Amino acid sequence: MALNTNEVLLSVDNLKMHFPIYAGVFRRQVGAVKAVDGVTFDVYKGETLGLVGESGCGKSTTGRAILQLYQPTDGTVAFKGTELTDLTGSEMRKMRPNMQMIFQDPQACLNPRMTVGSIIDEPLREHSVADANERRERVNQLLEVVGLNPMHANRYPHEFSGGQRQRIGIARALALNPEFILCDEPIAALDVSIQAQVVNLLEDLQQELGLTYLFISHDLSMVRHIADRVAVMYLGKIVELANQDVLYREPLHPYTQALLSAVPVPDPVLEETRQRVILQGDVPSPANPPTGCRFHTRCPIAIEKCSQEDPVWREFHNGHWVACHLVD
Amino acid sequence: MQKILDVKGLKTRFHTQDGTVHAVNGVSFDVAEGELLGVVGESGSGKSVTMMSLLKLIPIPPGDISSGTAEFNGADLLQMKDEEIRDIRGSQIGFIFQDPMTSLNPVLSVGHQIMEPLRAHLGMSKEQAQARAVEMLKLVGIPSAADRLADYPHQFSGGMRQRVMIAIALACTPQLLFADEPTTALDVTIQAQILDLIKRLRKELGMAIVWISHDLGVVAGIADRVMVMYGGQVVERADVKELYASPKHPYTLGLLGSLPRLDDAETRLTSIDGRPPNLLREPLSCPFAPRCQYAYDRCHKENPALEHVKAKLSGNTHEVACWWDVEGDAPRYGS
Repeated sequence: MALNTNEVLLSVDNLKMHFPIYAGVFRRQVGAVKAVDGVTFDVYKGETLGLVGESGCGKSTTGRAILQLYQPTDGTVAFKGTELTDLTGSEMRKMRPNMQMIFQDPQACLNPRMTVGSIIDEPLREHSVADANERRERVNQLLEVVGLNPMHANRYPHEFSGGQRQRIGIARALALNPEFILCDEPIAALDVSIQAQVVNLLEDLQQELGLTYLFISHDLSMVRHIADRVAVMYLGKIVELANQDVLYREPLHPYTQALLSAVPVPDPVLEETRQRVILQGDVPSPANPPTGCRFHTRCPIAIEKCSQEDPVWREFHNGHWVACHLVD
Repeated sequence: MQKILDVKGLKTRFHTQDGTVHAVNGVSFDVAEGELLGVVGESGSGKSVTMMSLLKLIPIPPGDISSGTAEFNGADLLQMKDEEIRDIRGSQIGFIFQDPMTSLNPVLSVGHQIMEPLRAHLGMSKEQAQARAVEMLKLVGIPSAADRLADYPHQFSGGMRQRVMIAIALACTPQLLFADEPTTALDVTIQAQILDLIKRLRKELGMAIVWISHDLGVVAGIADRVMVMYGGQVVERADVKELYASPKHPYTLGLLGSLPRLDDAETRLTSIDGRPPNLLREPLSCPFAPRCQYAYDRCHKENPALEHVKAKLSGNTHEVACWWDVEGDAPRYGS
């Protein structure tokens, strides 16, 4: 577990990311996909915040909007007190060394025509932090840190396996000594036995370098393992946020409860006795989300109020946030 | 229990420009009537190729089923002519693939695709087939089934498409169902719906299922017996409770250790070092030996066969292919 200070590194307030839908001859805007629709949370220095949810719930979009890879529709993102949404392009560029990203698909995020050495060197070159010799040294050092052989700096990405490629992506993210790393499903494309290698590496790096992670994943078991606090997203909103042990022990929101009960446990004896909450139907479209609480169409305990009023995002209990009318 | 499928010594290879890929290396297993056999392994372990070989869905060349027998109801699937196996596929043996989007035909309506096996195999009239198709869609839990027959796959969500795939696979009430990672592309809440559906249908229809998955959690909840594959071989096979209670192959141990548990957050994950086996290499030694912490000289020289060992739980069977006895911490067969 990472050290937990109460220093806020990243503060996200009412962040919204709507993508316009155009239609008709004049390509007029007829609506918007509300991928992220008002999320609020803080990330503390040195912690791992897990962001979980099913596909299409807006977790990746949230991450990208935080890093200003998309221009957020509304809301603010403050990193160490600097308001990112107000920055110009060149000012944001100066912030980027501090906030890096690890991508889901290690195959797609590495340029196949660049050697591994030059891939890891690129951020150093772009932000001109050192001369060529120092940079070469740094690349070798980074390769060693992520458990690859520095001799392999002249090889190309296709010569490496999936897990090794993900290590290259991690080395590149570390190159500029960032404080914050956004991990967007970093292990989803890897085999189980390789996933553990990458997760252990991420944990070790956090210990050594005091990194802060926002760890986006759909794998609830893995998030429980790596995260200090966990936020659960459903259809563009965060429905619950709490310390990892509290959330998994006493989930308050009916969606969190259903999600946790749906995760299979590798133990046949336990599986026989587990009670499942099986949700009916599918996730509604974010272009036309339900009124009121967005979960009410699938919620097993919804009452009339749920379809009319949007529940308030509130701190139910010390550090345990939830948005549900029925939690008392 | 009567054996419905009995596979012996199946070997499948692919002749490629880089050399021969040894995808399946002497796999033997059987499935009893009404049983659910879970097949677990990582990518490249040969679990999908095994199933595809049995259904003769391997492109030949470059594929080549070089040896083995697969008795299904007394007839050898591997010796059958194309026309004969075509009669069996989709009628007596159903199959579901991982990605419902790529396995459904995008330009044919869902109704058409469910009716196709019914008309081809059972010789139903259009009206009969239509009635049966509605019945099938209802069975797999698609609301207002009759109205949805004319819809196309893109009008369904991922979970609904997988339900359609299941409806097609079950339309002719097969005795055996091959399910190749049927829930891998789905979200957990949808996966829970599909698993629930399969459990219910199994009870109602009493068919045998071979369930291929890389997810040990899913298999724990659904299988009667589990077989673990690595490098195109079966390395361990046991009744489900026995396997999870007392895994005996170092690979199975590593696989279970590398899984984070929803009910336990603290333990550090044990990772399996190294990378998956190179299948271009002829399997003359244990495929797992290069990554195995227990490996000794014999492991690098000889390939162990799957042998019965003493089960921990009484009444269970347990087989393992390993030269090392992990529990006794000694070579399994003397040295």
